Parts: sequence; C-alpha cells; structure tokens
Amino acid sequence: MSLRTPLGRVRGLGAAREGTGHFWAQRLTAVALVPLTFFFVVFVFLMIGADHARAVALMGNPLVAVIMLLFIVAGFYHMKLGMQVVIEDYIHHEGIKTASVLLVLLGSFALGTACVFAVLKLAFGG
Amino acid sequence: MTTPYNGFARTVRGARDVRPENNKMAQSQRPLSPHLEIYKPQLTSVLSIFHRLTGVGLAVGTLFLTWWLIAAAIGPGAFETTQAFYGSWFGYLVLFGFSVCLFYHLCNGVRHLAWDLGYGFEIEDVYRSGWAMLATSVTLTAVAWMIGLRIGG
Repeated sequence: MSLRTPLGRVRGLGAAREGTGHFWAQRLTAVALVPLTFFFVVFVFLMIGADHARAVALMGNPLVAVIMLLFIVAGFYHMKLGMQVVIEDYIHHEGIKTASVLLVLLGSFALGTACVFAVLKLAFGG
Repeated sequence: MTTPYNGFARTVRGARDVRPENNKMAQSQRPLSPHLEIYKPQLTSVLSIFHRLTGVGLAVGTLFLTWWLIAAAIGPGAFETTQAFYGSWFGYLVLFGFSVCLFYHLCNGVRHLAWDLGYGFEIEDVYRSGWAMLATSVTLTAVAWMIGLRIGG
C-alpha cells in the first residue's frame, strides 16, 4: 500500500518537489563529458608552448571552438550540480548552506561565461 | 456562557516538548552510531571519498582554466605570462594535480554511470571495477604526461 496520492505519484516530484531533474542533469552532463574530456586533453597538448597567434589559429577552427564551448558548458553545469551536492551534504547551517549554494551557482555562471567569451573572441580572430 | 472548546491549545499545552535542547532524553549519554573514523578504510569507501575530492579539485582547477583562456582573449602579453606560469615548476604542479583529478574523476565517473545502468553491484564486481578504474586512471595520467613532456620538453 502506498500512502501517496495518485496525483503525487503521477507527478513523480517527490517530497522535495524537484523530481529527478538534478540527478538526470548530472548524468547527462557526465555522459557528454566523457568524450569532451579527451578532446580537451588533446587541445591542451596542442597548446603546449603555443604563442598567442597559434591559440588564435587553433580556436579559429570552428570544430575546435564549438567542441571547446560544449566542454565548457557541460563542464561548468556539471561542476555546479556536483558542488551543490557537496555543500548540501557537509554544511549544516541553513544560512551558510544557502549562501554557499548561491555562490557556487553565480560563480559557475560567471566563470563559464568568461570562458565562453574567451573562446568566442579567439575564434573570431582574437 | 460556556468556554469554547479549544482542543488545539489543550493539545499544545499538554504536549511534551521534543526540541533537543529541552529534552532530557536527548541530553543523556546515549550510544552514538559508529562513524567514519571507526571503520578500517576499504577500497569502496576510499574511492568514493576521492571521487568527491577530485571533483572539488577540478572545481578549483576551473579557476586556472578560466585564467588561461581569458589571458589568451586579452592578448599576446597576458597569454605569454600564463604560458610561462604553466611552464614553471608551480605551473607543472597545478597541471599535475589537475590531470590526476581529471583522469580519476573521469574513470570513476564511468564506473558510476555503469552503476546507474544497474551493472556491477556484486561485491566482487565493485572491487574489480575499483582496481580497474585505479589502474586506468594512473595509466591515462602517465600517458598524458609522457605525451605532454615529449611535446613541451
């Protein structure tokens, strides 16, 4: 016997009213990051000892720029989700917890946007 | 005139205060459940803890990644400074830490995805995938550094 209402069951959002959205997004970005991480490592190899002109030339390749953008977006989103879980697990003071989660959310947005801007600027010629 | 029935107020007044600070039971020396430091470290728990630690390490690493990309976007001067930093001994240390976290989190993340699909939950499978993950991440890190040092050194 279930004590949940039929409506609650069909909505599937659970006690936190969030459902499995966080879990799903974490896994989706994780799957995306498996190939993207290998690409990123190759990109780093190509940038070893590179000067600015080489960085511009490399990012000028649309494939490189787009895959870097995907890596950045998936990576920072994955980071936001993961850091939020770490904070929620270990910080028990409600105010500090909320402030930390906000800081992670805004911080990952800010850093992610900065990285996206940098890649686009390089891609369009530095 | 009769007093209106106030069952709610009566219930509240009569209720036992269950807040821990006002509860004699909670203040008594009851046995606590054993916590992490009681247990002998096992491969399963240690790998799990390191998955979190490497995740936080990668989050710190994004600061260095952002600095590098932004410097490249600023121009040749700023980029030369960051490239020189990553060529210094401290830069190598940062890159080494980042690469260890990256490959560890990647390999153990794949292990987690397999669990999410329902595979590998038998205890011997968990240990086997744990050792395999460790070996793979060490190998990937070593190979990456051999390639990197060949290009850079």
